[in-house]
Amino acid sequence: MATTAQRRPRDLDRLAARLRTVLGEGAVITDRNRLRTYECDGLAHYKVTPAIVVLPHTTAEVAAVVRACVDERVPYVARGSGTGLSGGALPSAEGVLVVTSQMRDILETDAPGERAVVQPGVINLHVSKAAAPEGYYYAPDPSSQQICSIGGNLAENSGGAHCLKYGFTTNHVTGVELVAPDGEIVRLGGKAPDPPGYDLLGAFVGSEGTLGIATEVTVRLLRAPEAVRTLLAAFPSTDEAGGAVSAIIAAGVLPAAVEMMDALAIEAAEAAVHCDYPQGAGAVLIVELDGPAPEVEAQFGEVQRHCRDNKAFEIRIAADDIERALFWKGRKSAFAAVGRISPDYIVQDGVIPRTALPAVLRRIAALSDGEQGQGTEGPSGVRVANVFHAGDGNLHPLVLFDESVPGEAEKAEAISGAILDLCIEYGGSITGEHGVGADKAKYMPRMFTDDDLDTMQMLRCAFDPLGLANPGKIFPTPRLCGEVPGRHKGVHPLAASGVAEVF
Amino acid sequence: MSSPPTDPALQASEISDVLAELAKACDDQVRRAEDGDEVGGLPARLVAAPGSTREAADVLRVAADHRLRVVARGHGTKLHWGATPSGVELIVDTTRLSGVVEHAAGDLVAVVGAGTALATLQEVVGGAGQELAFDDPLGSTVGGAIATSPSGPRRLLRGTLRDLLIGVTFVRSDGVVAKAGGKVVKNVAGYDFGKLLTGSYGTLGLITEAIFRLHPRPVRSHHVTRTISDAADIGPALRAVLASQTVPSAVDVDWPAEGPRQVSVLLEGTEDGVEQRADAVARLLDTDVGDGAAPPWWGHYPFGPDDVAIKLTCPLTEVGTTMRRAHARAAEHGLSLASRASAAGVVHAATPGDGPPEAVASLVHELRAGIAAYDGSVLVLAAPQPLREGLDLWGPVPGLALMRRLKHELDPVHRLSPGRFVGGI
Repeated sequence: MATTAQRRPRDLDRLAARLRTVLGEGAVITDRNRLRTYECDGLAHYKVTPAIVVLPHTTAEVAAVVRACVDERVPYVARGSGTGLSGGALPSAEGVLVVTSQMRDILETDAPGERAVVQPGVINLHVSKAAAPEGYYYAPDPSSQQICSIGGNLAENSGGAHCLKYGFTTNHVTGVELVAPDGEIVRLGGKAPDPPGYDLLGAFVGSEGTLGIATEVTVRLLRAPEAVRTLLAAFPSTDEAGGAVSAIIAAGVLPAAVEMMDALAIEAAEAAVHCDYPQGAGAVLIVELDGPAPEVEAQFGEVQRHCRDNKAFEIRIAADDIERALFWKGRKSAFAAVGRISPDYIVQDGVIPRTALPAVLRRIAALSDGEQGQGTEGPSGVRVANVFHAGDGNLHPLVLFDESVPGEAEKAEAISGAILDLCIEYGGSITGEHGVGADKAKYMPRMFTDDDLDTMQMLRCAFDPLGLANPGKIFPTPRLCGEVPGRHKGVHPLAASGVAEVF
Repeated sequence: MSSPPTDPALQASEISDVLAELAKACDDQVRRAEDGDEVGGLPARLVAAPGSTREAADVLRVAADHRLRVVARGHGTKLHWGATPSGVELIVDTTRLSGVVEHAAGDLVAVVGAGTALATLQEVVGGAGQELAFDDPLGSTVGGAIATSPSGPRRLLRGTLRDLLIGVTFVRSDGVVAKAGGKVVKNVAGYDFGKLLTGSYGTLGLITEAIFRLHPRPVRSHHVTRTISDAADIGPALRAVLASQTVPSAVDVDWPAEGPRQVSVLLEGTEDGVEQRADAVARLLDTDVGDGAAPPWWGHYPFGPDDVAIKLTCPLTEVGTTMRRAHARAAEHGLSLASRASAAGVVHAATPGDGPPEAVASLVHELRAGIAAYDGSVLVLAAPQPLREGLDLWGPVPGLALMRRLKHELDPVHRLSPGRFVGGI
């Protein structure tokens, strides 16, 4: 890399000049102090200052940026609101960061056609707000929905509390206009379903910015449910709460959301937002049902019964939207709330089969040799607060530590990694909704074989043979993309000998 | 993009060697092709039936060594779909890749071999009161359904197979086994190859195992059906139901070549819930709730194996218009047409395969011209031989250059179902 390091600055100056010509002076940032605003996304412990930040306003401008990067062989990373939790929008030090915050128009809401067409920088919640007057909404609701962008949601295939019933971003995007890594503008799908050919749209959603940059997105709108009922149930421990979840699912009820918090997470939420959850709870469940009123009524009683049968000692039912919001406030603020009880923390994101919940929680407790349900405070001093989308087995353990105490960060990192190993051991996944990004690329080989990863990278090679689109994300080792059929056999000799590195 | 290498036809002298190698690869489950071992009218030379992913990989490695062109076959119910391949030496019969490997009832997940009949899967998971929320119009295997992605009425609420497939194992053209996804519904680790394989007509790899998310089987189902005498009422009827808060699982329309048109709404849920929702839908459609039974046409395609099978897609608001246009254009050409639509924006249509080829080609052309105005597509899923040659089966395919590059990466010599898919892929 020594030669490129010498070459880069001049190339980057030339690139910046070209970008200014295309985008205008104000849309290209190279000032060191201003660049630092963009040095990380929601995963703040990875920081890289990009060489250039651009703020395009149109698809044509995005395409011009990408073409310029291709001409100069400079890597680029797309960024929406920068709320991602896996470092997916972590910039390249010698690259361009393409920020979509100037592309924030809702181009169309077509309620009868159940679609909205939006620019990538549009905030998730704004889509629902735009559709609300006609009685429709956009279903994927990540906790950051007040600030995260649709483009970022698309890149990460974001979920949210209600994806148990309604699915993820991939189930709610029917079309995209994108700038492919060669700078071509491509449309995949639209308002109509089932576009002909390979389901490239299905592969593009969740590809974490490695297959191109979305410049316009067509999403599904759903008819708002007639009824929504929400309860909050307090249990002695996560075992009983987990039992209630299994019983609800086994009874054939598909709630819109089933969320669980353990004692330490509750403590943090109380400290932060005073959500007034029941005293002495080892775990709380929030269960929300929505749909046609008669269906919700029929199933809501059943849910309460399963909670009581599993030793819920208090069940509160939200009387109105205000009370519902209060239930959710504790849950949705849980990540940030942990800051009240610990100077530093890691938000982990892993998935296990729902039925393995009690076993895995015990194993997590054992990891730090603590007392389960009360968070864990063993000899290692590492406490873990647990928040989960219990309905689909998506764990969000919060690993608490104090950066200022030598060795604690490393211990926390080790526990956090061990939790992912547990997820894999129980047949789950290393990420349910935060993405692989920069953070978890190293864990991919624990979940997938070399052949699996090599095959996935064939898709990347098809889209981005130069490896310029968000390099270093998802895959621990880049694949050298060949031009000639039959050349993809074994490790490239230059890569094996350490001479070459892609991009 | 360079064109794929030319025909690597299997030499007669080579056949016994290849047979021996294939026999070793898949436990002697290999034979010379017989009558009926054909794809789109094209006879194959050999048929191999691997019994595991490992054996399937060995079979494809032998095929790669001998440059055999390979088409996978399950029950063969849709082998006539798509274009005729440019050649096929080997049919891989997937029916030994069968069985429900795992049914994690508490997790609503099933792991199943690609050669398993969907009906078998439904029977197994049905024992626990669960189902794969997919209507199988043709009696497919799991692999065949994924490869061609047919769809039935309940796509309106549950989506298509792409939305239910959460993990997949497949063998690449070079015999390498790869998997993507996994056994949990919520999972964003790595690229979603399941979606790429869904509807890929066997051109990217041989699917050997699939993992599906399941749904609880509804306690009660009820169809509300009414006859529509004026075709102009189709659109408003669909819109009224979709705009309501009754959450139908399906809303389908039947427009037969002769006889009355009908719209039928499927409600699924609890006893009390379904009863009240059915009442509400009946009021919306200005009809009575009836006995709740499915109409006889429900869940079947309007076409048989000898028909020209057409699939039109359109925005939800254009379903009625799309049907009316299709029938009007067909009538102008003197063609009989039957169609069935899902309110999700999909119309399947059939015209007899013995119609005048020019008329059929013109019909397809005009349907495409009409639908271009409002974002949709017109595919010819299948057509009898003489007709097929003169038809553009796929129409315009946005993103085709990227699709070619993907094919080139995964199957650079174009040996998997060559020519069967869009753009000659």
